Amino acid sequence: MEKQSDLLLDIEHLHTAYRLHGKFYDAADDINLTLKRNEILAVVGESGCGKSTIASSIIGLYDHKNTKVTGDILYNELNLVNLNESLFNKIRGNNIGMIFQDPLASLNPLMKVGDQVAETLYYHTDMDEKARHARVIELFNQVGMPRPEEMYEMYPHELSGGLRQRVVIAIAIACKPEIIIADEPTTALDVTIQAQILDLLKEIQKESHSGIVLITHDLGVVAETADQVAVMYAGQIVEKADVKTIFQNPLHPYTRSLLHSMPQTDDESQDLHVIHGTVPSLVNMPRTGDRFAARIPWIPASAHEENPKIHEVEPGHFVRCTCWQSFHFQDEEKKG
Amino acid sequence: MWKTVLRRILIMIPQLLILSLLVFILAKMMPGDPFTGMINPNSDPKEIARLRQEYGLNDPVWVQYTRWLGNMFHGDLGQSYIQKVPVTSLIWDRAVNTFWLSLMTVVLTYLIAIPLGVTAGRHQDEWQDHGVQIFNYITYAVPPFVFYILGIWLFGFTLGWFPISGSVSADVNPGTFAYFWSRFYHLILPSILCSLISTTAIVQYLRTGIVDNKVEDYVRTARSKGVPENVVFNKHILRNSLLPIAAFLGNTITGLLSGSMVIESVFSYPGMGKLFLDSIGQRDYSTLTALILLFGVLTLIGNLLSDIIMSIVDPRIRIK
Ligand SMILES: Nc1ncnc2c1ncn2[C@@H]1O[C@H](COP(=O)(O)OP(=O)(O)OP(=O)(O)O)[C@@H](O)[C@H]1O
Ligand code: SF4
Ligand SMILES: [Mg+2]
Repeated sequence: MEKQSDLLLDIEHLHTAYRLHGKFYDAADDINLTLKRNEILAVVGESGCGKSTIASSIIGLYDHKNTKVTGDILYNELNLVNLNESLFNKIRGNNIGMIFQDPLASLNPLMKVGDQVAETLYYHTDMDEKARHARVIELFNQVGMPRPEEMYEMYPHELSGGLRQRVVIAIAIACKPEIIIADEPTTALDVTIQAQILDLLKEIQKESHSGIVLITHDLGVVAETADQVAVMYAGQIVEKADVKTIFQNPLHPYTRSLLHSMPQTDDESQDLHVIHGTVPSLVNMPRTGDRFAARIPWIPASAHEENPKIHEVEPGHFVRCTCWQSFHFQDEEKKG
Repeated sequence: MWKTVLRRILIMIPQLLILSLLVFILAKMMPGDPFTGMINPNSDPKEIARLRQEYGLNDPVWVQYTRWLGNMFHGDLGQSYIQKVPVTSLIWDRAVNTFWLSLMTVVLTYLIAIPLGVTAGRHQDEWQDHGVQIFNYITYAVPPFVFYILGIWLFGFTLGWFPISGSVSADVNPGTFAYFWSRFYHLILPSILCSLISTTAIVQYLRTGIVDNKVEDYVRTARSKGVPENVVFNKHILRNSLLPIAAFLGNTITGLLSGSMVIESVFSYPGMGKLFLDSIGQRDYSTLTALILLFGVLTLIGNLLSDIIMSIVDPRIRIK
């Protein structure tokens, strides 16, 4: 795979459905996203909204018997959807690196952490053992591990959570991939470590000019790192814009309530915007009408659009809601 | 590593002492002593009482215990009250026989169980898995002796492929090739039957291990590195799933000892298990106590072995 164009990923009409009780249910419903070089794209939403589903669809790691993926995930003219496995194995770890949430669980307990990083190099480079070892040490330095030579010989259980996540990051970036997918990379870590890991990701992105898909439920993380933001609710993208727009001019009520539930935002109007309930399960998901309607009682039901489409309200700002025009959120906020 | 082993061996010393004490008390509670067999209408009760005095049987219990323990250390397990020979020599040949039978059985058990467990785990809920599960139900549900008798009937009597009793033919001389071959030939049927029926736990552990490990995060990480699926299976999933099996290896020693009683009896194989049952039948209490002590020691060694194996294969258990 040669590494060039600025558009790294072009996801179009992605549907990912899981088989539950013999029927398929969309966990990712008509996802359209693009990832550009030098860009951090944040995908936010609460638990169960389908963030990890998108990640596993991109990297092609799902149970093929019980998962149906349709649509296009274009990477350099190559469609990753239902790509042949041996071809995909050349891309995974090489062109696309993946960072997972739980750094202890995501490392093999029986292998030295250094060897786990070297394994990636073994499959994607012609380096000999010595060169791989040297490269691992270099990577450990890059991800800020102290005493890398010593660390190479360690087993995952001997390292702290932050160090383990650095190992996972070293694995992901070992072959200088153009695309890095980070699925809640800081959720399992202490707050202080979280900031360090995010800084490290930003640094890596700057140095390697890669594109990062950062999956998170934490708007604080988004504010700090992202360039583009996609807000997801119940398998759909409900709003998509650059980070400034999302924070300054959010249009979808779900985005707005997410912002309001951020701890550092002002206090008064909060009650009004607290979203009650949780994301419906796949089986119970309403298939007609707006999926979010049930959870925003402060807007009259009659005002909702049936099956809202995604609208481009200004260049680069997409909202899955037609009512945004008829509501004056600013006013409402002041009233509250 | 060696420190761990040394530590475990040191821990074994008090365990052994407690074991020996228990066995000694047991032996004291059993009826009879070395002179029981001598009592007959012609013997002089006074003479026997004199002998008892001479052999220290009237000494305080703790004196007897320390003497008994000392003898143990010198490999003197006492006299068989019934056979009138030293227990040590009685047990030695049998122990060698049991050792070979057990070794064959362990090797065969793992050779059969590992491929079955791997197949079942790999093809979870497919026909291969169902086949292995049926095999497992059968080996679990059928009582061993029924299985052995069926095996003897089929392969011994009906087909005549294998000898059905003893450990060696009577017409071969020790030291010749024919002798070794005959011994090996006598081992085949009992070890195959015994191993077939001993696979259940290993197959089940391995299958569950594979099924559980398959969905672990670290397996997903390996896949995300672009590691081919067969390598993901052999290097990551299988190695982690084999851990409990490796630990099991030490414990199989205990299982084999109890198993040997049934198989050796059915095959009239002159090993320790058969000796144990025979000793019960003949009320040969001195031999019984010696065997109980020996089984206890072997169990402790089995556990030690398990711990050592675990510390070798699992870095999380290693003590630095
Ligand atoms: N393999 C699967 N089989 C069936 N249903 C699944 C599977 N994986 C996820 N789901 C369901 O799909 C929906 C989306 O799950 P997903 O893991 O993508 O959510 P998420 O946004 O990553 O949530 P979280 O923040 O908890 O990680 C959920 O309702 C989940 O229960
Ligand atoms: S269409 Fe109605 S229910 Fe849907 S997001 Fe817009 S306001 Fe909410
Ligand atoms: Mg997730």
